[in-house]
Amino acid sequence: MIDRDTVLHVATLSRLELHDDEIEPMARELSAVLGHLETIGELDLDGVEPTTGVLEDRSPLRADEPTRSLPREVALDQAPDASDDGFRVPSPQA
Amino acid sequence: MTAYETVIGLEIHVQLATRTKMFCGCELVFGDPPNTHTCPVCLGMPGTLPVVNAEAIRLGLMIGAAFGGVLAERLVFHRKSYFYPDLPKGYQISQFDEPLVAGGRLGDVGLERVHVEEDAAKLTHAGASGRIGGSTSSVVDYNRGGTPLAEIVTLPEIRSAEQASSWLRLLRETLRQLGVSDVNMEEGSLRCDANISIRPVGDTELGTKTELKNMNSFRFIEQGINAEVARQTALVEAGERVQQETLHFDPRTGSITSLRSKEGSHDYRYFPEPDMPPVAVPDELLQSALAAVPELPLERAERFRTELGLHEESARLLAFRRALGDYFEETLGAGGASADKQQVANWIGNDLVRRLEAQRKDDEAGETDTDPAQSKVSPAALAELVALVVDKKINRKAGEQVLDVLVAEGGRPQDVVEAKGLAAVGGADELRPVVQAALDANPDVVEKLRTGNMKPIGAIVGAVMKETKGRADGGEVTRITREILGL
Amino acid sequence: MTDPISLSVIDAASALRRGDLSQDELFTAYRDRAAADDTNSFTWLADDLRAGLGDRDRAPGTDRPLAGVPLAVKDLFCVTGVPTASASELLRGYRPPYTATAIDRLQHEGATILGKTNQDEFAMGSSNENSAFGPVLNPWDRTKVPGGSSGGSAAAVAAGLAPAAIGTDTGGSVRQPAALCGVVGLKPTYGTVSRYGMIAFASSLDQAGPITRTVADAAVLFRAMTGPADRNDMTSIGWAGQAAGIEVPSAERLDGVRIGVPTALLGEGVEPGVRAAFDAALRTAEGLGATVVEVELPHARHALAAYYLLAPAEASSNLARFDGVRYGNRADIGDGGLVELYTKTRHDGFGAEVKRRIMLGTYALSSGFYDAYYRRAQQVRTKIVEDFRAVHEQVDLLATPTSPTVAWGLGERTDDPVAMYQADVTTLPQSLAGVPAISIPCGLSEGLPVGLQLSGAAFSEQRILDAAHALEQTLGFDVTAAWMPAPPASRPAPSASASTGKDAA
Ligand SMILES: [Mg+2]
Ligand SMILES: [Zn+2]
Repeated sequence: MIDRDTVLHVATLSRLELHDDEIEPMARELSAVLGHLETIGELDLDGVEPTTGVLEDRSPLRADEPTRSLPREVALDQAPDASDDGFRVPSPQA
Repeated sequence: MTAYETVIGLEIHVQLATRTKMFCGCELVFGDPPNTHTCPVCLGMPGTLPVVNAEAIRLGLMIGAAFGGVLAERLVFHRKSYFYPDLPKGYQISQFDEPLVAGGRLGDVGLERVHVEEDAAKLTHAGASGRIGGSTSSVVDYNRGGTPLAEIVTLPEIRSAEQASSWLRLLRETLRQLGVSDVNMEEGSLRCDANISIRPVGDTELGTKTELKNMNSFRFIEQGINAEVARQTALVEAGERVQQETLHFDPRTGSITSLRSKEGSHDYRYFPEPDMPPVAVPDELLQSALAAVPELPLERAERFRTELGLHEESARLLAFRRALGDYFEETLGAGGASADKQQVANWIGNDLVRRLEAQRKDDEAGETDTDPAQSKVSPAALAELVALVVDKKINRKAGEQVLDVLVAEGGRPQDVVEAKGLAAVGGADELRPVVQAALDANPDVVEKLRTGNMKPIGAIVGAVMKETKGRADGGEVTRITREILGL
Repeated sequence: MTDPISLSVIDAASALRRGDLSQDELFTAYRDRAAADDTNSFTWLADDLRAGLGDRDRAPGTDRPLAGVPLAVKDLFCVTGVPTASASELLRGYRPPYTATAIDRLQHEGATILGKTNQDEFAMGSSNENSAFGPVLNPWDRTKVPGGSSGGSAAAVAAGLAPAAIGTDTGGSVRQPAALCGVVGLKPTYGTVSRYGMIAFASSLDQAGPITRTVADAAVLFRAMTGPADRNDMTSIGWAGQAAGIEVPSAERLDGVRIGVPTALLGEGVEPGVRAAFDAALRTAEGLGATVVEVELPHARHALAAYYLLAPAEASSNLARFDGVRYGNRADIGDGGLVELYTKTRHDGFGAEVKRRIMLGTYALSSGFYDAYYRRAQQVRTKIVEDFRAVHEQVDLLATPTSPTVAWGLGERTDDPVAMYQADVTTLPQSLAGVPAISIPCGLSEGLPVGLQLSGAAFSEQRILDAAHALEQTLGFDVTAAWMPAPPASRPAPSASASTGKDAA
């Protein structure tokens, strides 16, 4: 069961603000979903290797050759708060 | 009172000397205007994917091979999650349970691992911003973001701040000679964190450690570690406990502050990077890395010591500064088999280096990269000069004068000796009358000498030097004096 | 002359090549229909044939195989300068500076972009009700969902608003909406189509695929989207199937084809009407010469649990980049600091289902729970991969209903995530195994389409397409039955001044 404190902890890890009226429903829904997923606990999986993905040893590495970078105005174009030369954020020291 | 032992492990982040970033093709250029070397990948734009730079892997393998570590057979990356504006994807692609290199050793310190990962971007405090009313803001520059890093983690085998900093110098020189990194602390291409704990002498359990972050000079590393050891010792002696935390050392004030943020506990949620399936290290990459590892400082120092018979100190000085070591070996080559190797080492390591460094401004850490090969003194000239002194064709003082000329103007030592009339006043035949004259002129000194008090001999040597314009050999003057006086 | 709207991709392409039809004519015909859409299938419509080409000089020529064929593209594909939001409020108005490889390849073959299609936000959903642009309506019955997450893509094709669409499938997101809308949807083998430029949901599962009126069209579009491995994507291994590449299917018989039915998987949840249509399709297959046998996929019933741990875990990480710093919409944080920048931006920008999955995934990866949830789910995945390998020793193809039910009512399951997740029970195993699968319409139940899913071993796309084509010919399902009537009068293409097109619903 996912309780209120767990929801708040996971929300902090996820950087998600949850309003007061959103916490209990989230706890309830996550509990319901996790309850349904508990069936994987039934299986005997001792010694079974985990599978991250179905591909292995297929991907070549990249040669160390430069490709064209974006013009700065293009890089900054979609930023919600761009300065002349960068991406503005609230100061971490604030 | 309990005596405490310090236990230090270091984590060093080294920027690898690739042309392009770890997972995209943006060129790595230090000092360019902000955000001029970015692309959708290193800006973490939606839909973009990482592709591993083979050269970063090759350089990482070279480090592993140089340290004698176990090289991984396959590349496995993990995501390390945390939110910070210098991390565009909300996670850093790093390695976790299968590092590129496991184990290994450099000098007196064993290594836990070397893994490769991407660097974060640069955050610059911008002061008050117009847009965010009154509050302060920072600006992110993603040029550095995605630079390939090797993270080198030592075992907790370091016992003092001094050992830490001297080992780091060895590491830096080793990496420099490997050619895998610029290892420039000021530009941040080598950064060091230290894990520090103390324990009562004799204990085998490790005490609670703190992590001292990002110290950017050898001096600060020593100061920071010493300050933290003092802080921990004071805590423990006051009956308090050391808290596991991340700390910052301020070299200006000498103070240590906690970096722990109130933004929640650290839970990096490492999991296998699903955008990069595991892939075998290509054999040609491995072979190329192994072939590229040169003779490294410790090996060279050992060779200088055992094969050439240099003193430990000379051997290390020349081996740990590759340019000096190379110049030394060239000078030996030019001097032939009969060259006095220790003398050549002394003339390079002391006399020549001191003169060349005086021509340059020392860097912040007190180290210079003076390369004698770039000077006007050719190895052949230096070999000739050393031979002149060793064979007593000129005395040491004259040799130093010759070297001054060579450093300033170049040329052949013999020519300088002739031009300046520095040739030693020859053997006993030439010198004897001059010594006799000096003794005759100083009867009071002779009297003292006859009593066995050799102290005033300096007056005789001085008189002879004056007469020969400094070309006499002091030892020879003493010998002839004893002979004349029958001492 | 035939109505251009009635032409399949293949037929339209040859009419264009022959000069029987102009590219403008075809584009305008679809543009007009799409502009009059009442199913909310599009999030943006192109103004002209050059939309999404950026400054590339590759104008749609007449010599390429798909020259002038307008495609509806799921919103999560990045296209240079074209609004790309993955149906999220957080990204509303975002215009990427680059184009996804799959779309670039289609453009290279001459295809043009008709518009971006609605979807569940970040591809998280099975009903297309989780969209910042509002829900998509099923063209067969506008009170029903179209399925998801590629709901807009499937609905657009089903309503005759586009000759074909490109979707993505993570756990069934191409196949299930194709089934619920009565069209064809192909999910290729994982790795055959580059993921570069697809806004990621779950990296180890996401795969792009075509949604079409016919199996042959799906083959042609798949052929264009795949190809050599994409050097920008380490999960792209390109087309590693038969050396000759994909051929347009022409099989009429299924002689010698062994079809397995994982009966245990089709337990309780399958509606009787769906079951009936499915059984009828199997009898049709037998009539064409196929052998149908029962098979076991012992771990497939755990696929749902494994999927709903793995996909959210990957998603929680993939969506960490949406922070309001470099792109997208930043919440008004006043004098707030970094924490508020993140938490408020993400609170305001993400919809409820996305938040739920981020929370679920973060939890599954968090300290103390990783082994019990994430790692265990990966182990289940191993068993499922093994099940599929074993079963394809016995049979060539697997058949199931694509969805256990026909399209359900809008809003019917929105308060019950567990019921919603059940919709994917028959498509998830193939996703976890990374194998190819197709859904073709195989009949009606309660007046709504039923989909037949055929899957096979990795890189068996040709075999799947051949079998699906043979069945399609015999089943004779009418994909035009739900077409929107033609708009009242053909209008000129909208002026260039409306450069953003239809930006939002
Ligand atoms: Mg690190
Ligand atoms: Zn880049």
